[in-house]
Amino acid sequence: MRASCVICASIVTGGLLAGPRAASAQAPPPVDAQALRAEIDQLKRDFEARLSALESRLTAVEGRQPPAAQAPTAPQQPTAEVPAGAAGAGGPSGALPVYGGAAALSKVFNPDMAVIGDFLGASGKNNVSPDAALQMHESEASFQAIVDPYARADFFMSFGEEGVGLEEGFLTLTELPGGLLTKVGKMRAAFGKVNSLHNHVLPWTDRPLVINNLVGGEDGIDDAGLSVARLIPNRWLFLEATGQVFRGDSGETLFKSSERADLSYVGHLRGYQDLSESTNVDLGLSYSRGHNPSGIVDGVDLGRFTTGLFGVDATLRWRPLRRSIYQSFLGRGELIWSRRDQPNGLQSGMGYYVSGDYQFARRWFGGLRFDRSNRADDASLLDTGQSFVLTYWPSEFSQVRGQYRRTAYTIGPTANEFLFQFQFAIGAHGAHPF
Amino acid sequence: MKKTASLAALVAVACLVVSPPARAQGKLTVMATIEDLASIAREVGGDRITVESIAKGYQDPHFVEAKPSFILKLQKADLLIVVGRELEIGWMPPLIQQSRNRKVQSGAEGYLDASAQAKILDIPQGQITRAMGDVHPLGNPHYWLDPENGKIVAREIAAKLAQFRPNDKAYFDLRLADFVNRLNEAEKRWLAMMAPYNGVKVVTYHRSFPNFADRFGLDVIGYVEPRPGIPPSPSHTLDLIQEMKRQQIKIILMEPYFDQKTPNSIASQTGAQVLVMPPSVGGEKTVTDYFKLFDYDINLLVNALKQAGAKPSGD
Repeated sequence: MRASCVICASIVTGGLLAGPRAASAQAPPPVDAQALRAEIDQLKRDFEARLSALESRLTAVEGRQPPAAQAPTAPQQPTAEVPAGAAGAGGPSGALPVYGGAAALSKVFNPDMAVIGDFLGASGKNNVSPDAALQMHESEASFQAIVDPYARADFFMSFGEEGVGLEEGFLTLTELPGGLLTKVGKMRAAFGKVNSLHNHVLPWTDRPLVINNLVGGEDGIDDAGLSVARLIPNRWLFLEATGQVFRGDSGETLFKSSERADLSYVGHLRGYQDLSESTNVDLGLSYSRGHNPSGIVDGVDLGRFTTGLFGVDATLRWRPLRRSIYQSFLGRGELIWSRRDQPNGLQSGMGYYVSGDYQFARRWFGGLRFDRSNRADDASLLDTGQSFVLTYWPSEFSQVRGQYRRTAYTIGPTANEFLFQFQFAIGAHGAHPF
Repeated sequence: MKKTASLAALVAVACLVVSPPARAQGKLTVMATIEDLASIAREVGGDRITVESIAKGYQDPHFVEAKPSFILKLQKADLLIVVGRELEIGWMPPLIQQSRNRKVQSGAEGYLDASAQAKILDIPQGQITRAMGDVHPLGNPHYWLDPENGKIVAREIAAKLAQFRPNDKAYFDLRLADFVNRLNEAEKRWLAMMAPYNGVKVVTYHRSFPNFADRFGLDVIGYVEPRPGIPPSPSHTLDLIQEMKRQQIKIILMEPYFDQKTPNSIASQTGAQVLVMPPSVGGEKTVTDYFKLFDYDINLLVNALKQAGAKPSGD
């Protein structure tokens, strides 16, 4: 604005100055008129110099700005032509808007998205339960957002190297009366601790033997159903009771429903207490029951056999608040009984793991785990294992882990293995698990 | 005017209808995510509220654990005040979700993002990636370290409290005015103390102090962290030492929750002093409220600058 005023003023002045010059050509000028003329010429040169300086500055300013900046109204709705034949029939005419353009504001409602990669390697020998030497074990894609003022939704797709499965996909109703936290969808069941955790938050490259042998393997109890959790008010501690009903299909050999009535159930009671600001204890009792596939012959469940699972879990956490990013300890154990009815009679197996993970520097964690478990379908078989784990975190979004694992099987030779893992996350910053 | 009056009446009626009479008489239960917000809420709310903080002033507010004991506290809260700008992204969402308290859900009436009106610095421009470290895409969340932002946050809290307790509006307004007056006075004093050192160059550990530096005339020329959230690396530390020697930097500011090893070794090679400067109320035992936070930090800084015989560079 100011620049244009100066330019206008210069032009007007320039016009005034040009006038006397034309007049002076008609008669010889007097002496003092010559001095005046020289002065005017000097002024004129000054003005021309200033004018050209201004012009060059204006050009520079225009050149610096991208074309979009010249037209602030540029973001126009993209349009499309009305399809041939559609015009004139009472339908739309003229240009039609195209929705979902690159700059469309509705993108702000996209869910938080992230992908977590889990690359696993194994060396050594294991004849009983061998893993591939190298595998892209899992790529977990997550989509999470608030649905409406009453609910949020979380989806976790687990991509293997070949197939894809819905690990979890559920709606959480946060606003139900009576303090009920309700989830509907497919979810990892609240049986113990490890069953509810995704692979990438485990402190190991694998899952404990007791989970593999008695609680449905890597996927564990992960099924479509309904979950209701309520806090039990009391003066002493955090107490939460969870009840879950599932269709009844979990793991390869754990639960299998062949009728609508073959639902499986999970009940969990969790107690938590702070012992100090840095130390706390977390205890749980779990129960689960469902139909197992041992009585299914040619797709018909002749045996109607069931499996009942009981679990006890305990976690002790220590993290000094002043050094919370450098030091921490997590000790955890789960004890699980399995009572599995099958054609050859009741198999009553038991198993547990005990583990400790110590963070000794900002990026370094060391851990130990002891495993012992019967097999669900043959309680006379016993597997035991010991693991030593070392984890390094380059940042909050990636980690490298090595695990030495020794497993003694009743049905085969003892396996000595070195497992290693790279994990990496891209996308939205997820919440840290507790 | 008439419209707002009728709206206020409507809100008042709605409050009477919705909240049981017994609770309407009781104190408002306020939860804040950090102690600084709790302190400001205490100044404004006085004895009409009870307020508690989730994080302690001496812990890293980026990495707070989502303990179930916090769920119990959130369950009873009428109002939750968060720092926002994704500072609490790693721990607040699960707590809010499990609180079973509709009032404090994100976007609900009892959820106050204190950053909404505050002056936010370091808002990244253009493409951002995690190669930049754990960068906050919505700007630097350590904005409470500018007393001007403290006033803005106090105003927002007062408005929110009055929304819950219309009858106490005059009380909250009075306390707000008193807080702002006292903060104005204190700020004059702090600015006067820092004025001789205007433009002094410093290094900080994490990017916790941009608002403080902006208000009190510090020039932060580098960080002990190579990138936000990334621990110090040898090569970056060497570069930083060279730069500090070149620019004759005599002060390293660090938060109490970081390891002092690297700052101390940088200090020993550059002749600089390491100042453990609490960025939050509760970061030191004597720092019990928002005023004492600045009192402590500015005294610490001024004493160190005097000792170092520092003169503002460029003057």
